[in-house]
Amino acid sequence: MIVQELIFYAFSLVMVFAAIAVVTVRNPIYAVLFLVLAFFSAAGIWMLLEAEFLAIILVVVYVGAVMVLFLFVVMMLDINLVPLKEGFTRYLPVAVLVAVAMAVELLMVLWSRGRFGASMFPVPAPNSSDYSNTRELGELLYTNYLLPFEVAGVILLVAIIAAVALTLRTRPGIKTQDPAAQVRTRRDESVRLVKMKSEKPRGT
Amino acid sequence: MLDMVNSVYTWIQSQYLIWTLIKILVITIPLITAVAFYTYFERKVIGAMQIRVGPNRVGPLGLIQPFADVFKLLLKEIILPANSNRFLFLVAPIISLAPAFAAWAVVPFNDFLVLADVDAGLLYVLALTSLGVYGIIIAGWASNSKYAFLGAMRAAAQTVSYEIAMGFALVGVLILAGTMNLREIVLAQQGGIFDWYWLPLAPLFVIYMISGLAETNRAPFDVAEGESEIVAGFHVEYSGSAFAVFFLAEYANMILISGLTAILFAGGWLSPFEGVPVLGETLLGEHSIIWFLAKTVVFMFMFLWYRATFPRYRYDQIMRLGWKVLIPITLVWVMLAALMVVLGIVVKGS
Repeated sequence: MIVQELIFYAFSLVMVFAAIAVVTVRNPIYAVLFLVLAFFSAAGIWMLLEAEFLAIILVVVYVGAVMVLFLFVVMMLDINLVPLKEGFTRYLPVAVLVAVAMAVELLMVLWSRGRFGASMFPVPAPNSSDYSNTRELGELLYTNYLLPFEVAGVILLVAIIAAVALTLRTRPGIKTQDPAAQVRTRRDESVRLVKMKSEKPRGT
Repeated sequence: MLDMVNSVYTWIQSQYLIWTLIKILVITIPLITAVAFYTYFERKVIGAMQIRVGPNRVGPLGLIQPFADVFKLLLKEIILPANSNRFLFLVAPIISLAPAFAAWAVVPFNDFLVLADVDAGLLYVLALTSLGVYGIIIAGWASNSKYAFLGAMRAAAQTVSYEIAMGFALVGVLILAGTMNLREIVLAQQGGIFDWYWLPLAPLFVIYMISGLAETNRAPFDVAEGESEIVAGFHVEYSGSAFAVFFLAEYANMILISGLTAILFAGGWLSPFEGVPVLGETLLGEHSIIWFLAKTVVFMFMFLWYRATFPRYRYDQIMRLGWKVLIPITLVWVMLAALMVVLGIVVKGS
């Protein structure tokens, strides 16, 4: 048990540190890499909660795909930090207000005696070794929550189509390739073999 | 004497950490040796395919050549390019190597030889193979070189695209096996060569191999290196042992993909002669780790065969192949696989 707690605190420390670093480091590349580190620590903590499916999916989807694209975009952008920092002092009071409000809300949840207090939830008993988080999630999603699951899928599909429809502009004068036509080309369309007699140099 | 050995043995087994460490070493040391000889194998095979001899100077038949190469690389100077990001530049090779080795934790060599027999093994492997690209991207960016950066961009787009096709190919296996535990996936394929999943999942089998090529940035999908266009791509600025680590990661990844193909589609350690009337009753019919290694070597050979056979794909055609050809096929075949299970053509998990 003590080992698990140590692992938990190690992951939490790294995660909090990485999360703070995401918003404080100057170099945007480092910010993205710290976000990756934060995701990793979150996956580790989920693993401790015996939620291995969620933990690995977090790594597959966010670390393996979303953050790669993030890194891709951030590396391509030529970010100039000076104009980004211009309004810092002007917006500082509002930012502090929002931050304090969120911190107070979090603390209220933690300390409230009503429904959410830390004392309300006993330490969950560890599941037996044949417990499979993946199977449990799958059985819930495809039986009790089938309709919400399908609706969520449709909403995502609509979002994909909307994103494509919003950004797809057909401008005139764009050169495109037709791969089918490229594959279908035959030799005689580009090369012509000519039979001719050998010639003698002129003037001899 | 024997008592003492026995007591030491039981003591080590009771020390969980030490015992696990020993197991890890038993997997990684042969793996590194395999990588060394894989490079030799590659040069010999491609040499033979191009009617050359290949390395034949160092040691008998050139067998010591990989060690000569390793020592050459280790003794060379690591050059740090000007204005490069020192920390990320040196960390990148390690980031690309770590997942290639960590994935071996869940690979079952036979029924009981597996470091971590976890339930979500298939997902774990998918997660780790998708992490290798970070090493490439970070290397490309930290080098502060246009060629390296172009290589990194190509690698990022290519890996993210082919991961989807690869994931769907794994979903097909998952549907037929009914489990994500790699050991149980192999056990689900029992019954002889025609019960392995290459037959009911033939298109997914081919797509998995193609995406494996793309994920490891091997020819004909090696545009991330593309020596004829962008010199050596992401590792153009690397030299000495840092380059050697990239090399190690690439070959370890190739062996990993070969091993996974053997496990997922070719029955892992199961004997191909199982159920065959006469041969099946001899030693050939027994399931053993030798079959797993033999199948892995066959798929490793195919990696080299492709390299010697196909010219490099054009970059836009790689993207087209991934998104417009492979992903639709996998989508259709995943549904067909589900139908096969529902109609009882393939019995799930048996």
